[in-house]
Amino acid sequence: MTSLKADQRHAVHLTLNGKPVEGEAEPRMLLSDFLRHQLGATGTHVGCEHGVCGACTIVVDGMLTRSCLTLAAQVEGCELKTVEGLAPAADRLGVLQQAFRRNHALQCGFCTAGILMSLDHYLAKNSNPTEAEIRDLLSGHICRCTGYTPIIQAALEAAANLASSQKETSDA
Amino acid sequence: MKPPAFDYLRAESISDVLEGLARQGGDARVLAGGQSLMAMLNMRLAKPKLLIDIMRINELRRIEREGDAVVIGAGVRQADLLAWPDLAEALPLVSLALPWVGHMQTRSRGTICGSLAHADPSAEMPLTLVALGGEVLLRSAKRRRRVAARDFFAGMMLTARADDELIEGISLPVTKGSRFAFREVARRHGDFAIVACAAMKIPTGVRLAIGGVADVPTARDWPLLEGSALDDALNAFAYELGARDDVHATARYRRDLVRMIGRDLIGEVLQ
Repeated sequence: MTSLKADQRHAVHLTLNGKPVEGEAEPRMLLSDFLRHQLGATGTHVGCEHGVCGACTIVVDGMLTRSCLTLAAQVEGCELKTVEGLAPAADRLGVLQQAFRRNHALQCGFCTAGILMSLDHYLAKNSNPTEAEIRDLLSGHICRCTGYTPIIQAALEAAANLASSQKETSDA
Repeated sequence: MKPPAFDYLRAESISDVLEGLARQGGDARVLAGGQSLMAMLNMRLAKPKLLIDIMRINELRRIEREGDAVVIGAGVRQADLLAWPDLAEALPLVSLALPWVGHMQTRSRGTICGSLAHADPSAEMPLTLVALGGEVLLRSAKRRRRVAARDFFAGMMLTARADDELIEGISLPVTKGSRFAFREVARRHGDFAIVACAAMKIPTGVRLAIGGVADVPTARDWPLLEGSALDDALNAFAYELGARDDVHATARYRRDLVRMIGRDLIGEVLQ
């Protein structure tokens, strides 16, 4: 049993995109704020702050997670993946990110980090998604720029590219 | 907006939780998946002095068959139950209703029991519990009790849970050979239901349960009715639910949905 006092800061340890990190948080500190203000991981955006818009979506221990509906204290010892972990190297984009770029799947980019995390998580488990499945997944996000159509195109293109790259690997 | 200040207790056993609840009573809240409570905290609609995190208690993660019932622990996330291989066979109504709960991104964290504790009148899990005639398993430091679904929901976001009680789990009956249907109307899939509706065949006829209209999900049993007798019964039920106008829909539209979806679903389960 661990008891944390309201008026004190407490150490929180976690793994962020494969690297062990540590910061301090009061019990009431949201994970979204902890990522941005304590760890400097500002790729995760904060929109509505009550779980509706999806901008702050990340992956915690393999679960899609609204970081604004999660306390920093809750993820002690957990493995987190954020949008900073998607690119294979500092100057390269991942397959999904490239598909977003090609299809103009973002304009202002505010919602993009959350949507990328949802799609990355989903495509890793569902290599051949239908448009209906992508639309259902996107119902957990709000984008006010694109009208969603280019996002759906990018998701389907990324799925096809990921599937063909996997085929080549397995044939070799 | 940010939550108000509170102490945080990461419980490792049920007795940790019960002790905290006994000590702080109404000033304590149990934190499970957080998909309702955290939003309430961020909007400062809830201001507890103590949050008790129960998600590290393995004992609460169980989904188990117990005779003719399935017991679902307080730590079982909605996505966990959706992924349970026996779900469609043991609890077909739950397998129909669960995909309507929130979005994939919230079902991954939100728990079944948390949804019941929150008791939103339009939520699918309270409706399902009432439709199936399930029970809520409550436990405090002093006693354990089982409360029938229809007695558990006391009003809008109000339940029969006492301040020192933990919802340890729920028990849902396995109904062999019945038929079920579920449908809801919302502006967007995953949004709060304007009307949610479950129907099932029961030995004496048919049961219809409605969420999103009255303050609590409400079930009604009828013998096998047809034609205008069924229309009259549905109309009377629609009025008894006391629909109100709000920003999402008018009372009349809600009554229309009860009559039309009710009739459709009853037709489906009696086919």
